[in-house]
Amino acid sequence: MTDKLTAKDFATSQEVRWCPGCGDYAILKSVQKALAENGADPSNTAFVSGIGCAARFPYYVNTYGFHTIHGRAPAIATGLKLAKPDLDVWVVTGDGDSMSIGGNHMMHALRRNVGLKILLFNNEIYGLTKGQFSPTSRIGTKSPSSPKGSVDTPVSPGQFAMGCGARFFARGVDTDKVGMSDVLHQAHAFIGTSLVEIFQNCIVYNEDVFANFTERRNAANTQLHLKHGEPMLFGEDNGSGISFNQDTWSLEVVDASTSADEVLVHDEGNAIVARMLIDLHLPVALGVIYRQPAVSYEDSFYGHHPSRMERKKSVRDFIKGPSSWTVK
Amino acid sequence: MNKNNDVESIVIRLAGDSGDGIQLMGSQFAVSTALAGADFATFPDYPAEIRAPIGTTFGVSAYQINLGGGPITTPGDAPEVLVAFNPAALKVSLPMLDKGALVVINNDTFTDRNLAKAGYDSDPREDGTLNDYQVVAADISHLNLETVKEFGLSKSEGGRCKNFYALGMLLWMFGRELGPVEEWIKRRLARSPIMRDANVKALHAGHAFGETAELSANLAQINLPMAEMEPGEYRSITGAEALALGIAAAGELADRQVMFCSYPITPASPLLHRLAHLAELGVGTFQAEDEIASICAAIGASYGGMIGVTSSSGPGIALKTEAMGLAVSAELPLVIVNWQRGGPSTGLPTKTEQSDLYQAVYGRNADTPIPVLSASTSGECFDMASEATRIALRHMTPVILLADGYLSNAAEPWRIPDISHYDPIITNPVPDNDDSAQRKAFTRDPKTHGRAWVTPGMPGLMHRIGGLEKDIESGHISYDPANHQRMTDLRTAKVDAVADFIGEQAIEHGPDSGDLVVVGWGSTYGPIYQATRKTDTSFIHLRHLNPLPRNLGKLLARFDKVLVPEMNDGQLTTLLRASLSVEPVPFNKVTGQPFLIRELVDKIESLRGASS
Repeated sequence: MTDKLTAKDFATSQEVRWCPGCGDYAILKSVQKALAENGADPSNTAFVSGIGCAARFPYYVNTYGFHTIHGRAPAIATGLKLAKPDLDVWVVTGDGDSMSIGGNHMMHALRRNVGLKILLFNNEIYGLTKGQFSPTSRIGTKSPSSPKGSVDTPVSPGQFAMGCGARFFARGVDTDKVGMSDVLHQAHAFIGTSLVEIFQNCIVYNEDVFANFTERRNAANTQLHLKHGEPMLFGEDNGSGISFNQDTWSLEVVDASTSADEVLVHDEGNAIVARMLIDLHLPVALGVIYRQPAVSYEDSFYGHHPSRMERKKSVRDFIKGPSSWTVK
Repeated sequence: MNKNNDVESIVIRLAGDSGDGIQLMGSQFAVSTALAGADFATFPDYPAEIRAPIGTTFGVSAYQINLGGGPITTPGDAPEVLVAFNPAALKVSLPMLDKGALVVINNDTFTDRNLAKAGYDSDPREDGTLNDYQVVAADISHLNLETVKEFGLSKSEGGRCKNFYALGMLLWMFGRELGPVEEWIKRRLARSPIMRDANVKALHAGHAFGETAELSANLAQINLPMAEMEPGEYRSITGAEALALGIAAAGELADRQVMFCSYPITPASPLLHRLAHLAELGVGTFQAEDEIASICAAIGASYGGMIGVTSSSGPGIALKTEAMGLAVSAELPLVIVNWQRGGPSTGLPTKTEQSDLYQAVYGRNADTPIPVLSASTSGECFDMASEATRIALRHMTPVILLADGYLSNAAEPWRIPDISHYDPIITNPVPDNDDSAQRKAFTRDPKTHGRAWVTPGMPGLMHRIGGLEKDIESGHISYDPANHQRMTDLRTAKVDAVADFIGEQAIEHGPDSGDLVVVGWGSTYGPIYQATRKTDTSFIHLRHLNPLPRNLGKLLARFDKVLVPEMNDGQLTTLLRASLSVEPVPFNKVTGQPFLIRELVDKIESLRGASS
């Protein structure tokens, strides 16, 4: 690449077919921009997806793309990453694709720490199949398959990831360009599996389900943008902070002006605080919540392979087995 | 059986508890047999339980071997020598023997308790049960423990040497050298010198016992002729070993690395174990979280330019079905090995069957044709692995290779091929023109309909593939009705085109027309081969099941009757009826045991009798 690429260079000729106003458009733009800014090589980048609205993503990014089957993208991407460990492999998935039908593959990609950038578009609903409640839908979600409200306890992608031994978990909001940009850069740079949960607004089947913390006018008071090494401050003029209540063993909001020394400083490597941040309802924790680097699966795989997958010998060297004899 | 017998071939069955080391003893005996130049075929027959309750009939593990001047193609119908380590093993095996067979029993295990566990009301040694047989009752447990006493082992550790004691006896009976087995023990137990020395001593003591017992008991030395085999270098091989080497060879012939992705399942796991030892041939093994993930990872590896291979048994193959459709739609190469076992559901995990033919040929949603091959013998698994890979890469399609539980474990002598005589496996080149990357990726060879294998990382060839229907030329998503018709036709034509490359169906032996032909596929090759030789009947054995060889219909039409023996409920019969308009006579056996030669001979003779 001699000329620096722009976001437009990562767009394809394909007409984007999401519903007008879908949060996916904003995510697509953020990803294309991040790829350009990070100097990604389109020839050396692949997007793998499963099934769902989010899974159409690869058709709209001018890199290699594989639109696979429901829930299996992490497994296919794992095989691809093993075959091409230097390839930049992204997985695009939704809440049904990753937390329901594909939960098992998500679990194992995370615990192996395969070098995949996984973008989980969470809209708490099955969009492409016309609006049934999903594994992340809140109890009482009314939908065509739950007319009186769903009774299932929702799964928390963040807690799921932590339980699986994930090494990188971050969150963003679809329309928050600044926050998404930061999270995508961090996720891209991470070696191993980086899981990014993106709160994505489905305007047709689950509109404004995240409005209580995504509305711009009140965002300062409802969003906690985490930065490693910096105090957990939010609100107008950073007037509020997060502290640890030693009586209840939980996080709580404190007045930053009077209790400045109680405000926690964000440590990405702290798994216990990360779990508490994931469960924080208001403000909602965004940015890189947890990062604890470890050797990636592909590095371990090649490192343990006696010839790093190269053919060092011929079948001729093995074909005789432990003993052979000659018939004349 | 008389002393110092000269016989053409002999069938030996070793049977005992699943913890007695029967399989180890059997496979070591097979190796010594091979080194002595005899032809042989083996049949490991073991329970699904790893260590079933001791002394029970359902916990009996057996290893049958047929050896002699050959050609030997089956493990034999009726054992002529039985070594029974306990009453349960005797109980299970005795009905298989013909009168006059030699029965070696381990006297020490014939206690009241063990007799009761085996379901004997009285002692078979005394109640006349064994009157029709020659019996050698030896105190194998006791003699063995006395032998290894000096090593200070516990009773259970010392007891574990008894399979080598018994092996020593067997090796004496057949005049085999102890050297190779002794070397094997020394290698295998290099890290535990006491057990190593104890086992070696047990082996020698068993051999010495044979010499001594010759004077006092019925134990006789048996002289077998050398097999008349084609000149060349041979080794003993199981289907799992041959298939592993074949997959590695395919990688070498195609100059691509191999990524083998699988999930543990009986009886497929030995292939994973064998391949894990062939890493230096550019082979990677990935044990996935489940069957679906294993085929998906293999597809991902193929997408990335390696040869993706997955393997399982029927229940696992069922789980892989949706992903096979993806590989068909995305036109990616993939090799899927099915080690068939008895079903339905969990069925008979360790017993053999060939009942997944419908599943392989038809078992997917929509019109999703996939080429299907099968291996006939353990050694043939080698060639079929490279043949499956060749088809997968040439036509850019998943290919199913059917093997079965019997082939996985059965050993036979195998003439070691020289792979420098094999044709290289060619992949379709990326077109050198001004088309868009998307079109280049979907440029297909007019003869094979295989598309170019464009893989991520290739500069400037970024394109999108997937499971949605795509335009036949541009490869973009297309819901156009006429295009779907064309794509469906293309997928059918692609699998049909495989028949242009596989050659004509040959006859194994016998005339190419007449009153009767026997048609087989898979591991029934051995017994059908023998039965048709004995009865001078024509024999056709299929390796390509989808598509069938082009001349097969004409060939079968030259016979009045077509007999199809199968270890299923008539699946090839249905396939031939549907594809070739023939009306075969089915002959089906689903006991989890291979066909006996005499069962087939009887069937052939009854068909001949009925028509004359």
